[in-house]
Amino acid sequence: MADAPKTPPAKPQAGGRAASKKELPDHFKPYKHVWVFVEQERGQVHPVSWELLGEGRKLADKLDVDLAAVVLGPEGAETQHVVAEAFNYGADLAYLVADPLLRDYRNEPYTKAMTDLVNTYQPEILLLGATTLGRDLAGSVATTLKTGLTADSTELDVDDDKSLAATRPTFGGSLLCTIYTLNYRPQMATVRPRVMPMPERVERPVGKVITHPLGLVEDDIVTKVLDFLPARDAATSNLAYADVVVAGGMGLGSPENFQLVKQLATTLGAEYGCSRPLVQKGWVPSDRQIGQTGKTIRPKLYIAAGISGAIQHRVGVEGSDLIVAINTDKNAPIFDFAHVGLVADAIKLLPALTEAFRRRLSPHNRDKLAS
Amino acid sequence: MHIVVCIKQVPDSAQIRVHPVTNTIMRQGVPTIINPYDLFAVEEALRLRDTHGGEVTVLTMGPPSAEDSLRRVLSFGVDRAVLLTDRFFAGSDTLATTYALATAIKKIGETFGAPDIVFTGKQTIDGDTAQVGPGIAKRLDLRQLTYISKIDSVDTDAKEIVVERRSEAGVQVLKSQLPVLVAMLEGTNDLRRGTLEEAIAAARAEVVRWSAADAGIEDMQKCGLRGSPTIVKKVFAPSARSEKAAFIETEDQVPAEALIDEIFKRQPALEDDLSALASGY
Repeated sequence: MADAPKTPPAKPQAGGRAASKKELPDHFKPYKHVWVFVEQERGQVHPVSWELLGEGRKLADKLDVDLAAVVLGPEGAETQHVVAEAFNYGADLAYLVADPLLRDYRNEPYTKAMTDLVNTYQPEILLLGATTLGRDLAGSVATTLKTGLTADSTELDVDDDKSLAATRPTFGGSLLCTIYTLNYRPQMATVRPRVMPMPERVERPVGKVITHPLGLVEDDIVTKVLDFLPARDAATSNLAYADVVVAGGMGLGSPENFQLVKQLATTLGAEYGCSRPLVQKGWVPSDRQIGQTGKTIRPKLYIAAGISGAIQHRVGVEGSDLIVAINTDKNAPIFDFAHVGLVADAIKLLPALTEAFRRRLSPHNRDKLAS
Repeated sequence: MHIVVCIKQVPDSAQIRVHPVTNTIMRQGVPTIINPYDLFAVEEALRLRDTHGGEVTVLTMGPPSAEDSLRRVLSFGVDRAVLLTDRFFAGSDTLATTYALATAIKKIGETFGAPDIVFTGKQTIDGDTAQVGPGIAKRLDLRQLTYISKIDSVDTDAKEIVVERRSEAGVQVLKSQLPVLVAMLEGTNDLRRGTLEEAIAAARAEVVRWSAADAGIEDMQKCGLRGSPTIVKKVFAPSARSEKAAFIETEDQVPAEALIDEIFKRQPALEDDLSALASGY
């Protein structure tokens, strides 16, 4: 069973959780610096890692500490390239565990590498992407270290006393809450792809790289990778990174009407998505869900048709440059965060909009206008 | 083979409403359901039992009313249901929850036989953290297999399991050793409905009810609020944007053109981008 924590947790005081902030135990005081786990799969870095370095930079500057990238992967040029890129996205230094056993993601060696690094070099804050890899790893690292982990944060900040304040939706996405990890270190959080903006990439020289051994042999690792089947392009949507997204909600009334969303998306060369109820009803596959429990998007244009705009959905689209909402209810919450609103029945408007866009964007028409 | 499945009774979040004036949660009358992702784990456990023999024990931690969820899975044909309920658990974050659940699973192992597989759903629809499965695995020193889309095979003699795990870029085929923790993805199997006989039997079946002490939990400092490193400082509604949406008003019955004008007025570069894309077809 679990080891006893090194110090007893703070005794809760009357007044609940907010009142229980106390002095950090002495053995946690050396914990410094902000770390970002740079996630790669077969040499491809997940863009969320660069987004997190951008956010980590802000936190590190506020705390006046270093920002470090953590790179775990096989030995060789590919991994060295990932380390070099981390500096281009703002890291001050990098921690590297390079070992052939880290070629494919497996929980056991990755958890060992990360917990060893944390115990040796003691970061105050550790951020990971809320991907299938990042969530799998973060959960076991936090439990091993017996520290707090805030999942799927939508906003990160440091408080007056320098604690990490992680904000995330709660109650099924109807409200937001701010969470602290008190009296434990590191303070860990995951963040979904596209919640944070992509920082500017600036060519910089490779700085300090601290290497650390994995300390495992293959026989120590129970789980084996038998095969890897790359996703077929058709099976994976580019929703999170699309420039234009069209989405539908319950206002469409029936699964058949969802075709209207797809038709407009096709005309615009856009990706399509939906709000959570449509996935729950089985109308649209779950990889098309936009919102806190689905994908977060940051397109140049987002068209929401028949979506009411619960916070669950709002946090997934707020980073869009231009949000256009079509809804019959002029009091729908989506109009509180949309830039352009249209009180209309999406079922009637979508076909007209598709047709109007088609006319407008056709090369023939453009040539005529230009002449 | 002994399989333990962890489920959670959750508010049906699709039906939670926020009071429009006070911005508080209106929990009154919100029905509870079994976390939908957990049902795929229960189904997978029953299929493995039906193929390989053995028993399925379902465990939940929650208020006494969570017994309803256990009765429902009993009606699907699970062999045993354990309700872990104690006021000491109130306020548990994921770290404290995994301490309680892992201890209870250990007790289930001592009482009814050590589990070969512990199943969970991908995540819950109320917390949405996906942290409890990995936490239980770590505390019980089990291998962890998350985001599992398919169980290819289980060899009870060799104590081996082969699964397909969804990753960002594809699917990993992994082989691991029992005992193991498996977190199932949604949509991985067709859920069964229990028979009438099973429903009647479930209504009469005994639900094992354990307090923290019954489950062998000795360190109350690790439970509930005290055992939770994360602290919710405040809960709030997001502030409205200072400026509300600019509404398109037009005489036109179907104001598509007016809307497009407004879009391209605000995002001029987009018109060129989209036109370039359109001419490429």
